[in-house]
Amino acid sequence: MSTLVDDILKSTTTTDPLKYTAKDFQSDQDVRWCPGCGDYSILAQTERVMPDLGIPRHKMAFISGIGCSSRFPYYVNTYGFHGIHGRATAIASGLKLARPDLSVWVVTGDGDGMSIGGNHFIHLLRRNLDINVLLFNNQIYGLTKGQYSPTSEVGKVTKSTPYGSIDYPFNPASLALGASATFVARALDRDPKHMQSIIKRAVQHKGTSFIEIYQNCNIFNDGAFFQFTEKETKDENVVFLEHGKPLVFGKEKDKGIRLNGFSPEVVSLKDGKYSVNDLLVHNEKDTTLSFILADMTHKPDVPRPVGIFLAIERPVYEDEMERQISFAKQKRGEGDMGKLLNSGNTWIVE
Amino acid sequence: MAEKRVESLEEVTIRFAGDSGDGMQLAGTQFTNTTAILGNDLSTLPDYPAEIRAPAGTLFGVSGFQIHFGSTEINTPGDQCDVLVAMNPAALKVNLINLVDGGSIIANTDGFNDKNLKLAGYAQNPLHDGSLDKYRLYEVDISRLTALALQDMNISSKLIDRSKNFFALGMMYWIYNRPLDSTIEWIGHKFKDKPDIKEANLRVLKAGWNFGETTEIFAVRYEVGPAKLAPGKYRNITGNQALAWGLMAAAKKANLDLFLGSYPITPASDVLHELSLYKNYGVKTFQAEDEIAGVSSAIGASFGGALGVTTTSGPGVALKTEAIGLAVMVELPLVICNVQRGGPSTGLPTKTEQADLLQAVYGRNGEAPVPVIAASTPSDCFDAAFEASRIALKYMTPVILLSDGYLGNGSEPWLIPDYSKLPDISPKFRTDPAGFQPYLRDETTLARPWAIPGTPGLEHRIGGLEKQDITGNVSYDPQNHDHMIRLRAEKIERIADDIPLATVEGDAEGEILVVGWGGTYGSIKNAVVRQRQKGHSVSHLHLRYLNPLPRNVGEILYKFKKILVPEINLGQLVKILRSKYLVPAIGFNRVRGLPFKSVEIESEIEKMLKGKK
Repeated sequence: MSTLVDDILKSTTTTDPLKYTAKDFQSDQDVRWCPGCGDYSILAQTERVMPDLGIPRHKMAFISGIGCSSRFPYYVNTYGFHGIHGRATAIASGLKLARPDLSVWVVTGDGDGMSIGGNHFIHLLRRNLDINVLLFNNQIYGLTKGQYSPTSEVGKVTKSTPYGSIDYPFNPASLALGASATFVARALDRDPKHMQSIIKRAVQHKGTSFIEIYQNCNIFNDGAFFQFTEKETKDENVVFLEHGKPLVFGKEKDKGIRLNGFSPEVVSLKDGKYSVNDLLVHNEKDTTLSFILADMTHKPDVPRPVGIFLAIERPVYEDEMERQISFAKQKRGEGDMGKLLNSGNTWIVE
Repeated sequence: MAEKRVESLEEVTIRFAGDSGDGMQLAGTQFTNTTAILGNDLSTLPDYPAEIRAPAGTLFGVSGFQIHFGSTEINTPGDQCDVLVAMNPAALKVNLINLVDGGSIIANTDGFNDKNLKLAGYAQNPLHDGSLDKYRLYEVDISRLTALALQDMNISSKLIDRSKNFFALGMMYWIYNRPLDSTIEWIGHKFKDKPDIKEANLRVLKAGWNFGETTEIFAVRYEVGPAKLAPGKYRNITGNQALAWGLMAAAKKANLDLFLGSYPITPASDVLHELSLYKNYGVKTFQAEDEIAGVSSAIGASFGGALGVTTTSGPGVALKTEAIGLAVMVELPLVICNVQRGGPSTGLPTKTEQADLLQAVYGRNGEAPVPVIAASTPSDCFDAAFEASRIALKYMTPVILLSDGYLGNGSEPWLIPDYSKLPDISPKFRTDPAGFQPYLRDETTLARPWAIPGTPGLEHRIGGLEKQDITGNVSYDPQNHDHMIRLRAEKIERIADDIPLATVEGDAEGEILVVGWGGTYGSIKNAVVRQRQKGHSVSHLHLRYLNPLPRNVGEILYKFKKILVPEINLGQLVKILRSKYLVPAIGFNRVRGLPFKSVEIESEIEKMLKGKK
């Protein structure tokens, strides 16, 4: 039996080719982030990618929690839901289960997603619903005006940590991998092209895709990622992960990452001791390798890995749910409420 | 074989009691099903500890199941029991207080060993010290007789011991003249893949019956004829099952998928279990990682055009509170079912209580009005769930449905409704982009349009920040906030025009009006009916709609000299009535984790009649 929702979907399906530009995805609302905020770049890259996704605007829904990043849905001209703190992943899960036909996105931050919403975050990843999660990591609470976050570094001095933070930070990529995520990536607010390519891959991924985006909060944590994002320092401090390619970095492409046992170490390609052939070759299908690479995040003496850590296939939750429903319908027939009420042990009173 | 006398009874209350691992709930449920099929009216009360298998023989490990059945109208599980089946001394000790003077005890003598006597705190065996003289005591060595029935089967002694509940059941079937068929069929189905257990249980069940037939102990058997219920087709149903089916029926009549986001919690988990069975009815159940995710996922599903539901108990509602406020703000349909249990905190998970009324009506930050509906009997959970869904869909609002542990686990015969006659409650999704505004309201209901993702041209954003009237854009304007607060309140208040007026059972005016809500319906009804039979001027008002209250509640209250409000809390409805109607209503409150006894309510009424209250 078709529901009212089915009827709407049937009556509004068109085969017209989609002719969008980035502008079509901008809502009529004024964007209210602080001037210079990294969020602007993420919004722009997302809007630039959207016309190429082949998804009608009305089939997209952006769900967010609370925080600066969570204002995102107001600014994109799709369906949007600005939820409550930490629960975007849970709201999005319900939406996706009710409506697997939709392209569902979650926009969250390091406070919203890693702290108050940490539980929902890991459970979304293990279930592997086909949802795209963009986590804006600025290592600070912005909207509440500058307290340390679960990704802030030890020693961080903020309003709530005048003597420095004693919390050891989460590494979102490692947390995601530990929660059995099937797609884990990292992008930089100041590298638009790279971010666009990562977002495209994330959308194509069937299952939960998680992108941690380093985002500068120029008001409360300015420059937190400058060593990874600025021209002067980026090349020496970042290694881009590319599937099937050796891990080479440095301005002169003269350094690489080699595995010493299970530990990645930096080697020079100049001194003749090692060549590209000795380097670690990235394989985004290798779960074990993904843990090693993500673990480089908090290690000194190795560059920060950026790119796709892992992209593997695993059954998708809503598909499995639909499979069980069809199986039940096949086995027991379409449910008949009238019959159900009259089933079991009944008796007649004359 | 001695000829047994058969006596006819109008009604009887039996309590099965034993260790929580003794299968008393199972025996009670089987006895209930068989009794229902025989056409008795009935009401049941499972009464068990929170521990799954509490240490054997202890007082806190006692699990009981009470069934009250008869050929007359039965409204409660019985104030006291007439027959107590006690599998061990602890079961006797805990439940003796519930046994009427002169009532019968059927004791499993094998359970009364030194160890168990000591665990129950008996210095000497109560079966032999004369302390039970005012009761009729039947001593049956159930454990030994069970073992005897299975002696040529090669099964473990543990398995043998586990079958003894079927001996007790078979014996009770014989005493109350009930056929074994239904239980035989159930055993056959339940243990179809475990032939040993199936065979053992069948043998023991029959051995229990045969024991009744042949023993000299029982001289009398009893007959309880069918009740004169309204004509029609009946089945027995628990509150939790009725609630689940009510939600399913509502979703079907709304042409929507039912989405349940839930987290296991006693005593509401059975609703989740029940709904999980019906995937072929378009029911999607999602066991979330916690209570908050349960309600949040339901809100997400409602955003997508499903009937979003979350089921829980009081502690779960506490966790869901913020999300319920979100649903108030984004004005999406949502049904929150609270099968109340003893609180506060973890409280008494397996016991009943009515102490979440104020939480339901007022328990949110900000001005967050939510309609509240309460079921009054187990089968009424069906209608209440249907009604809660209807209101949620029509008014685009979260609705709280209150049930309780007694209603949820209790059961009664249910006149099966004609499904085809249930009203169509389909919502109208907005599809026309012309003039669409997310918060442009229906003039009558004040509901905003439901525009689901996937509809071209209706792309819009909703959220928990205050909305500008009509456009739904974020607004911090002071006047707008005040206006929206009042609009949301007005929307809920207008529901009062769309619900039936409250009706009084008994005279429309008089000395005393007893006002109740929820699961106390049967106890209050019994008390009031008996007082009226004694010629007293007492009437009963039972409220299904707690927010908004029906338009005529004030009018009704003002026609009585005194108002008594029995509640299983410290006075919550009474607070609402006093503040809203300025009436000197008086509460009668007992918070023991158990339903009221009708006699206690009667005695309060009598005190009031005598002017002592």
